[in-house]
Amino acid sequence: MDFEYTDDQDSLREAARALLTKAYGDYGKRRAVTQADPGYSTETWSRLAELGGLGLPFSEEDGGAGAGWIEAAVVAQELGRVVAPEPYVVSVGLAGRLVADAGTAEQRAEVLGAIASGERLVAVAHDEPGRRWSPTAGDTKATQDGEGWTIEGVKEPVVQGGVADLFVVSAVLPEGGTGLFLVEGDASGVERESFPAADGGRVARVTFTAATAVPLGSAGENRTATIATALDTARILAANEAVGIMEVALRMTTEYLKSRKQFGVTLNTFQALTFRAADMYVSLELATSITQWATMVLEDGDAAAISAAARRVALQVSRAGRHIGQEAIQLHGGIGMTAEYAVGAYTTRLTTLDHLFGDGTYALGALADGVGGYDAVDPLS
Amino acid sequence: MQLQLSDEDREFRATMREFFTTKVPQEIRDKVAEGRELSKEDIVASQKALNDAGYAVPHWPVQYGGQDWTQLQRHIWNEEMQAASVPPPLAFNTSMIGPVLAQFGSDELKERFLAPTASLDIWWSQGFSEPDAGSDLASLRTRAVKDGDDWVVNGQKTWTTLGQYGDWIFTLVRTDPDVKKQAGISMLLIDMTLPGVEVRPIELIDGGHEVNEVWFTDVRVPGDMLVGEVNQGWTIAKFLLGNERVGVAPVGSTKRNLARAKRLAQESGLLSDPLYAARVAELENELLALELTALRVVANSAEGAPHPASSVLKLKGTVLQQAVSELLVDVAGPQSVGGDGWGARSTPTYLNLRKASIYGGSNEVQRQIIAKTILGL
Ligand SMILES: Cc1cc2nc3c(=O)[nH]c(=O)nc-3n(C[C@H](O)[C@H](O)[C@H](O)COP(=O)(O)OP(=O)(O)OC[C@H]3O[C@@H](n4cnc5c(N)ncnc54)[C@H](O)[C@@H]3O)c2cc1C
Repeated sequence: MDFEYTDDQDSLREAARALLTKAYGDYGKRRAVTQADPGYSTETWSRLAELGGLGLPFSEEDGGAGAGWIEAAVVAQELGRVVAPEPYVVSVGLAGRLVADAGTAEQRAEVLGAIASGERLVAVAHDEPGRRWSPTAGDTKATQDGEGWTIEGVKEPVVQGGVADLFVVSAVLPEGGTGLFLVEGDASGVERESFPAADGGRVARVTFTAATAVPLGSAGENRTATIATALDTARILAANEAVGIMEVALRMTTEYLKSRKQFGVTLNTFQALTFRAADMYVSLELATSITQWATMVLEDGDAAAISAAARRVALQVSRAGRHIGQEAIQLHGGIGMTAEYAVGAYTTRLTTLDHLFGDGTYALGALADGVGGYDAVDPLS
Repeated sequence: MQLQLSDEDREFRATMREFFTTKVPQEIRDKVAEGRELSKEDIVASQKALNDAGYAVPHWPVQYGGQDWTQLQRHIWNEEMQAASVPPPLAFNTSMIGPVLAQFGSDELKERFLAPTASLDIWWSQGFSEPDAGSDLASLRTRAVKDGDDWVVNGQKTWTTLGQYGDWIFTLVRTDPDVKKQAGISMLLIDMTLPGVEVRPIELIDGGHEVNEVWFTDVRVPGDMLVGEVNQGWTIAKFLLGNERVGVAPVGSTKRNLARAKRLAQESGLLSDPLYAARVAELENELLALELTALRVVANSAEGAPHPASSVLKLKGTVLQQAVSELLVDVAGPQSVGGDGWGARSTPTYLNLRKASIYGGSNEVQRQIIAKTILGL
């Protein structure tokens, strides 16, 4: 058992941090980027691709870097540290994982290669209005039409669906079960309406009307399990992003407590506040540990192990994110409420990450369901 | 002890309910119920409707438009108003500067300002906080120097809520820099159209524009716009802030929002999840305890004097208000991330409400008050 990162992983972190500090180290730049469409920097995205950051978990045959999920997690943490608005977790973690697990060799090479090189932005059109983080599709239907397939339905929210070049779409199959399809962003029958999201990014409602679709992998196969694992992967990557966010939110808060003066003294004079910062630190450390553990499970484990780890990390990080995010604003006072000052954006992003793939209560429900089925939780088994 | 409302109070409640649900425009109340943003016109229209019926400023002295209601009746008025999704009368006018003018203002100030303040023909802003004077309000630096009959004001206020709509701003200014900081402060009323007054927007984390910076550069304020005596500002401010804290626990609207979250959770099937059901039940219970505390306070408080437990109401009231907004984001789930429905609105609302535990005396300041003045620590 070893929670240390390897030298290679440390160098990757350094490179990513250098790149991202240049892009967003000055929070004003992040703000400018989120104020204009598409809400992230295509330039920074290309730089991340050049660094090899977008292909980390994919094999070399598929055009990836042949590293792994721990490496992707390192990048996610660094994105979190500067609240970068780039859609890393959904493109690399969610879309990438779906294609890696379900795609044919050709599709993998083509799509994962395009993700890794930054050539194409791939979005996942899976969520539907009124559905909550289910691994199945609801009202979106796939129909076989001679040789080809078409998709009918509404997907929302689709992160960066407004500008995506390609969609991975989930849809109910004619025989039942949920299938996965590729739909080109500019295909006929694809209509998209983009909205600014709470965290500064963009989400879209994508309406498919007899849109031409290509099955991902062999046609007609039920992909519910694949989707579940991809959602678990995204949750674990998101936890890593959240850890980066929480670490910096806490640091900003402690620095503020040391510099802000009220009643003639700096705020760290008040034990009422320093103890609260100490509690934030406790939350952060526990969240970091469970996130590192879950990331290692993601790298090595089978689908069942990944699923269990994802639930546990989701619960812990959801609670920690709310605790740290809310306290970070509170301990800053009014300045924490402003868009111009960074700490609010950290809280905002934590809120979004918490609700993208299943929040703490959702995870807790699943854990509670199974709680009678084992004696004790052993992370090393 | 007695649980039931008296017949008189029950009748009073029915009258209020009837009024609020029939006389305030439905489209304004719908906006409140759905958590949509109100325009200035909405707030003015709603307050005018209340004022025309004599319900905008019931807590003011009767001669200036108040009602001779008991504390319990005021409470019922407030709760029914919130339950009916009626926007509360603008607090800056009715809870803050109005009572101050009635208590400390010269006859001319009363004559000139009280009626338009009640009717919202004048929109007031609160100019207390400054960049370096937040929780420590008394360290404010905006200066007013006497020049002939006028005061010449220089400095900067911040966090001025809805200052973009403000006609007038009531300010605390330093009129004597050489004495203990609380002793050198005065309250001035400043016409925001005067030369040298500049209002600059601040964007908040929900993307909205509700607060501002207000800058004063050599603003000449007529001498008779002073409230009370020179250097009496701190006493007046304490009176005003005491009023600000009364009725701050928005039990009625939090109850309404919780009921809404519950309804939406029921519609989506989420309420059959025992975890969500338990969370709702727990919030309902805490809110019940808070409501009963509010009732106990109003039922037992000596006429007029704020009960020492009003800090409990502020503290717990804002915590529950925030918790319900958090529940609503969770009920929205993935739809809370963005889009154009109620789900997408839930996140900005949740983020915006982080303010509730910061302003009006932060929750840390409330704990300090409880520890010091109630527990004697
Ligand atoms: C949305 C919004 C609207 C507002 N509207 C208005 C308005 O219309 N007019 C107006 O005049 N003001 C307004 N305010 C200002 C508000 O009253 C102040 O923000 C508040 O007093 C806190 O001051 P601060 O922001 O400077 O925080 P600080 O005083 O710097 O406090 C930072 C943190 O330290 C804590 N703290 C400070 N001192 C102590 C202590 N001694 N012990 C323990 N904890 C302490 C605080 O509770 C807070 O958590 C508004 C604020 C906000 C956020």
